[in-house]
Amino acid sequence: MKLLQRERIDFAMKLIFQVTGLLVIAVLGGIFFMLIWNSSAFFSEVKPWDFITGTQWNPSGDPIRYGILPLLVSTFLVTLGAMIIAIPIGIGTAAFMSEYAGSRIKNIMKPAIEMLAAIPSVAIGFLGIVVLSPGLASIAGLSNGLNALNGAILLAVMALPTIITVTEDALQGVPHSFKEASYGVGASKWETLTKVVIPSAAPGILAAVMLGVGRAIGETMTVLMATGNAAAFPQGFFHSVRTMTATIAIEMGEVPFQTTHYFALFAIASVLFLITLIVNVIGEYFVNKFRKFHSS
Amino acid sequence: MKRLTPVIEWGTLLLSTGIVVFFLVVILLDLTIKGMPALSWEFISTFPTEGMTKGGILPAIIGTVLLTLITAAAAAPFGICCAIYLNEYAAETWITKLIRASIRNLAGIPSIIYGLFGLALFVQGLGMGTSLLSAGLTLGLLSLPYIITTTEEALRRIPNSTREAALAVGATQFESIRDVVLPSALPGILTGLVLTLSRAAGETAPILFTGVAFYINNPTGYLNQEFMALPYHLYMLSTQHHSIEEVRPLAYGTALVLLCVVFFLNLTAFYIRYKHNKNGPRAH
Amino acid sequence: MDQEHIKLSAEGVNLSFGSKQVLKNIDIAFPEHQITALIGPSGCGKSSLLRAFNRMHDLSSNARIEGKFNLEDQDLYEKNISVTRVRSRIGMVFQKANPFPKSIYENINYGLKINGIPKDQRPGIIEKALKESYLWDEVKDELHKPAITLSGGQQQRLCIARTVALRPEVILMDEPCSALDPLSTLKIEDLILKLKKKYTIVIVTHNMQQAQRIADKTVFMYLGEIIEQGDTGDVFNNPKNELTGNYVRGRFG
Repeated sequence: MKLLQRERIDFAMKLIFQVTGLLVIAVLGGIFFMLIWNSSAFFSEVKPWDFITGTQWNPSGDPIRYGILPLLVSTFLVTLGAMIIAIPIGIGTAAFMSEYAGSRIKNIMKPAIEMLAAIPSVAIGFLGIVVLSPGLASIAGLSNGLNALNGAILLAVMALPTIITVTEDALQGVPHSFKEASYGVGASKWETLTKVVIPSAAPGILAAVMLGVGRAIGETMTVLMATGNAAAFPQGFFHSVRTMTATIAIEMGEVPFQTTHYFALFAIASVLFLITLIVNVIGEYFVNKFRKFHSS
Repeated sequence: MKRLTPVIEWGTLLLSTGIVVFFLVVILLDLTIKGMPALSWEFISTFPTEGMTKGGILPAIIGTVLLTLITAAAAAPFGICCAIYLNEYAAETWITKLIRASIRNLAGIPSIIYGLFGLALFVQGLGMGTSLLSAGLTLGLLSLPYIITTTEEALRRIPNSTREAALAVGATQFESIRDVVLPSALPGILTGLVLTLSRAAGETAPILFTGVAFYINNPTGYLNQEFMALPYHLYMLSTQHHSIEEVRPLAYGTALVLLCVVFFLNLTAFYIRYKHNKNGPRAH
Repeated sequence: MDQEHIKLSAEGVNLSFGSKQVLKNIDIAFPEHQITALIGPSGCGKSSLLRAFNRMHDLSSNARIEGKFNLEDQDLYEKNISVTRVRSRIGMVFQKANPFPKSIYENINYGLKINGIPKDQRPGIIEKALKESYLWDEVKDELHKPAITLSGGQQQRLCIARTVALRPEVILMDEPCSALDPLSTLKIEDLILKLKKKYTIVIVTHNMQQAQRIADKTVFMYLGEIIEQGDTGDVFNNPKNELTGNYVRGRFG
């Protein structure tokens, strides 16, 4: 091929990569603008303050209420429950794998965790209905087990792989010299783990927790299937709740397009987007902090 | 007492690990044991009959396979091109850093928001209606951030000296990418792609309002029509059916088939990675 | 250097990456069919200078380069010049052997293919290049094995073969032996001495003995500037500058 022709192809391909690259970025950026655009249509009819502080979500009632607070509290409740369960188990498992387990156990655990991460959320939600909630109901003496606790346990299962993997990376990143110094002054393995390794991996572990929180807040199918979806203000772990994601999933299929209710669901999505964005940015901040700390 | 403490300490960690393993085992065993009786050649090769209480799930299997293929066809070229642009061409400025950070964050936003975006953009904005194409493109968007991130990682693992080697013998930048960089990065790119598709195949929320249907009676596969999919089928059978208890075995069967599809894709990805690590010059 | 024919030269070169200046006001000339060694402590800019000649800095977006670079009468940074053409006239061998992840044969064939050498001529050129690099006898029976299976020294000779196959006018070498054992190093030095008959060679090296063994001219650089340049014997035995003397006697670096 002639040199000139090759250089023309080179130039054309550079242009193609550039244009597709920027196009993709523009489309992904479009998500943000779509949310703002549709939410602004909602907020021209309902005051943001009423939306955030309203304690009733009843878009088809009389009077119509667009209060997101019960949904926010529901999401918060199941996420909190999931983290109470998943954080200690996740850190414990990561510590076991990183500090105690031999390579044979590691070689089994790693794929096992990847398998757990691969299970679709709808399958987890299904098991929540058929296995976990009847169990919870009989233990707690309830008529059914479709409540916040049920959702929290399932979300914990789903957040665990993320928390374990990122925490283990963080623990592995702690320099050997730190541990040797600790053993050198006569500390036991456990003391080294709790007083040296975990504290110096703290930013990485916080990042792991944040990623887990993000996963739990944004999960739709599991909570939709397993928490009962009562629209009332959440009462506690043993009551049915209805998260932001579940509300969008339930109602979007039924609302007429371009109505206030339709735009209200986009407004919920905007709040959800904002929350997960903040959680992710915090997570990223800790990841970077951890990297900087250990590369210096 | 002093002798006992290490046992307790070790036991705590072992217990956490045990709980994780317990979760996985329960999930796999329950789905397998109760799903197996439903599985038969008929189950995966026929249409549902009698209001979903009998028959198979063929259209849901076909729907999920087609959906995944559309997702791959839509997302892979754009995602890989975008990653090449970012890693090979774009100058390393604060704008590129911001773009990268945004893409990483987009991978973390809830999948149902992609569903809303697909509804606004494809179903309504571009007039595609609720259809296989709309849903596939929506899942494509969901997959883009993952594909871009994993492709960029694969490209970044190729040392600069490899690029320079090609340039030094007179290759243009595009030739060095096409002939040297991409072939070396291919296993990494494929692994990321297949893992992303396995995630997309199991997704339900983004297709809820973009095209999935509980039942279609014509042979599936038209881009402009609604379709059935395994995850949604499982959701409907387990929550929305009029005789939930009666169809429970079918729900278990569907769950097991879905799990098999997802694990098959995962195993494919691990196989690519394993083979590359074994043969590849740069193990990582 | 008046009576020698100058093959490659640079004048008034300044190079910076972002706010960090790595080359300051460099004037340098390389005579034809001679080996010139660039020496100096790490970070003195010798590799950066070398890479500027075949425009390897084009890829780093934050590099700012000024000055005049000439190959014979050709301005290497002229606006409409083809970078690809420049690079096929000025070959380069890198610090760490970087064969393509392809077979031994394909490693040399690739450059020929993209540069439009007709298919029927390539096997002959490949054989010749491998012979010129003293690799032929070692690999002639396994040309289609992956290049990565060769030893480090063999890989580096393959990289040299890949470069000479394209018949460049100048070969730039960036510490080609720094990752090799002494025996492989000697083989490569031998090879470089033989290549000098056909090519103009510029070599960056950390190894004082190596510079003395193979170089006709030596250039000593420090903190982005040329401190001293001249015949190798003079630079090593009668350095005019105190800094040069301290460096070649191993006082720092």
